[in-house]
Amino acid sequence: MLIPRLATRNILGVGLRTWLNAIVLSLVFVLIIWVQGVLEGMARYAKDARIDFEIGGGMYWHEAYDPYDPLTFEDAHGPLPPAVAALVDRGEATPMLVATGAIFPEGRIRGVVLRGIDPGQRIIDIPSRFLAADGGGAIPAMIGEQMARQTRLGVGDYVTVRWRDAGGTFDADDIRIVQIMQAASPSVDVGQIWLPLERMREMFRAPGEASVAVIGTGVADPPEAGGGWAFHDLDDLLADIEELIRMKSNSANIVYGLLLFMGLLAVFDTQVLAIWRRRREIGTLVALGMRRATVVGLFTLEGAMHGVLALLLGAVYGVPLLWLSRVRGLPMPEMAGDWGIAIPPALYPYYGLRLVVATTLIVLVTVTIVSYLPASKISRMRPTDALRGKAS
Amino acid sequence: MRHALTAAVLLLLACNPAAAADRPTGEEVLARIDENMYVDHAVTRSTMIVHARSGTRTITSRSWRKGKDNSFVEYLSPARERGKKMLRLGDKLWNYAPEPEDRIIAISGHLLRQSVMGSDLSYEDVTENTELVEKYDAAVVGEEEIEGRACWVVEMTAKVPDVAYHSRKIWVDEERWLALREERFARSGKLLKTTRITEVFRTDGRWYPRRMVFKDALARGDGTEFIIDDIDFETEVPDYLLTKAALRK
Repeated sequence: MLIPRLATRNILGVGLRTWLNAIVLSLVFVLIIWVQGVLEGMARYAKDARIDFEIGGGMYWHEAYDPYDPLTFEDAHGPLPPAVAALVDRGEATPMLVATGAIFPEGRIRGVVLRGIDPGQRIIDIPSRFLAADGGGAIPAMIGEQMARQTRLGVGDYVTVRWRDAGGTFDADDIRIVQIMQAASPSVDVGQIWLPLERMREMFRAPGEASVAVIGTGVADPPEAGGGWAFHDLDDLLADIEELIRMKSNSANIVYGLLLFMGLLAVFDTQVLAIWRRRREIGTLVALGMRRATVVGLFTLEGAMHGVLALLLGAVYGVPLLWLSRVRGLPMPEMAGDWGIAIPPALYPYYGLRLVVATTLIVLVTVTIVSYLPASKISRMRPTDALRGKAS
Repeated sequence: MRHALTAAVLLLLACNPAAAADRPTGEEVLARIDENMYVDHAVTRSTMIVHARSGTRTITSRSWRKGKDNSFVEYLSPARERGKKMLRLGDKLWNYAPEPEDRIIAISGHLLRQSVMGSDLSYEDVTENTELVEKYDAAVVGEEEIEGRACWVVEMTAKVPDVAYHSRKIWVDEERWLALREERFARSGKLLKTTRITEVFRTDGRWYPRRMVFKDALARGDGTEFIIDDIDFETEVPDYLLTKAALRK
């Protein structure tokens, strides 16, 4: 217990320099947890939004369907395989027909993706029940808030939509916007128009056909579809969000590294200075019989205690701040919806235990290593030289 | 009273064997148009003027056409489009852009019906040379005068599934067998595109459009003018030009 007591007394005795080091390190510590918490909160929200509004418990895709290539949509539809049709019959899945078209709001042409959905489905949170409404002589249609803002369309507005049917022949008709939905996921909002499934099948002369089928989140062990249809589970369907967050996290890691480097540089500098100033003390301790390894340990512990102080200090102001951001959320700019993933109006960071423990360990371990490097020089010091104030 | 009078006149006309004999069948009209418009081979220099909302763009090109579906187009101006080429062989089409990265892009199927360079013309419009009689049933429904020319009014309905427009209405010059006006409709009956021939010329014993205006009926803008500056039916189109290798030459 002598060494820890001695170390505590020594670093507290240094005064302001100790506290400056601790403050810098604590800022890095809190900032890492906060930014990582924001990214984790963003990822969780984006994933939940996509599950709720688009992919449910997984999706069956027609063999030609590629959501990232709208040019595939014209050929990506066919009858549902029996196994998937059985899921639909049991209310455990809902089919969707996806195709491309163009609308002409105020005479401007705009390419859109048309999505036919069963108005009675309960698999995803798209408020499809509104599509059962009377279109007033036109096809009832629903769009998201962002799409409404971009096209300046509102409830009750008519707009002409043009498409090519299964044979490639142009067709066109008027649609009437019956609902503007609040869709958390931009992939079901931007550039998307939702139509009643049966009406869309008539439009495209594709009776009984679909491009994809979404299964409910409670369906365990979805069956093999066959007939060229393939099942895509959540890991597969959420991989792009994971990848995006990983990329953002990697960019953030560079910033963390720089900040941590500055904090560690201060600790390193303090250690070097302490060893040089206290070389007579080091010589005395060794001359009195203290093993060199113990002296190295003492100085290393003194350095490492900067990390401990930083954690305690960070906890004092960080816990209330992080808790507040977790409860109240962080307001997001409106343009955040253009980032390609679901961004809520207010983002609620998520601080998991793993994040806090990992960040704590990173700070403590790096500070300890940085403290040891100058201290290791003590083991090569000759006590006689040290007593005379020489450092080799 | 007016309706009764109209009905009586129509009945008289219908019973008049001379009037019926003068009026060609829809199929005959289409056959005459095809005979007039179809080219076995031709080299054309043309100008396309796109009157879009954002302004007017002029694009000139030279094209080589052989048979029904084989053609090669090279864009000559403006500088941004110069060197771009387009090759159509059957239902496949390749676009070549020398800048920025010397790329050939394949376009096929329904994409042939996409707009060319933001104009009111589709790739199919630019490269098509097929015969109407193969794709449409037609009926002559009347006679009208368009800019001083007597025209047959013909309604056409697709008889094959793979056509861009389900129905068309054309006003055909009774002497020159050119569709001076045309309206193209969706299956729903909505008007999608109009075309007008505003200037014609006589070449190689036939009347041919010099200046046409294509207009997407659903979009704003003043349409796209397509002007044939020069056409040569004599020069043979070399086979090497109708190959993908020619795109990069």
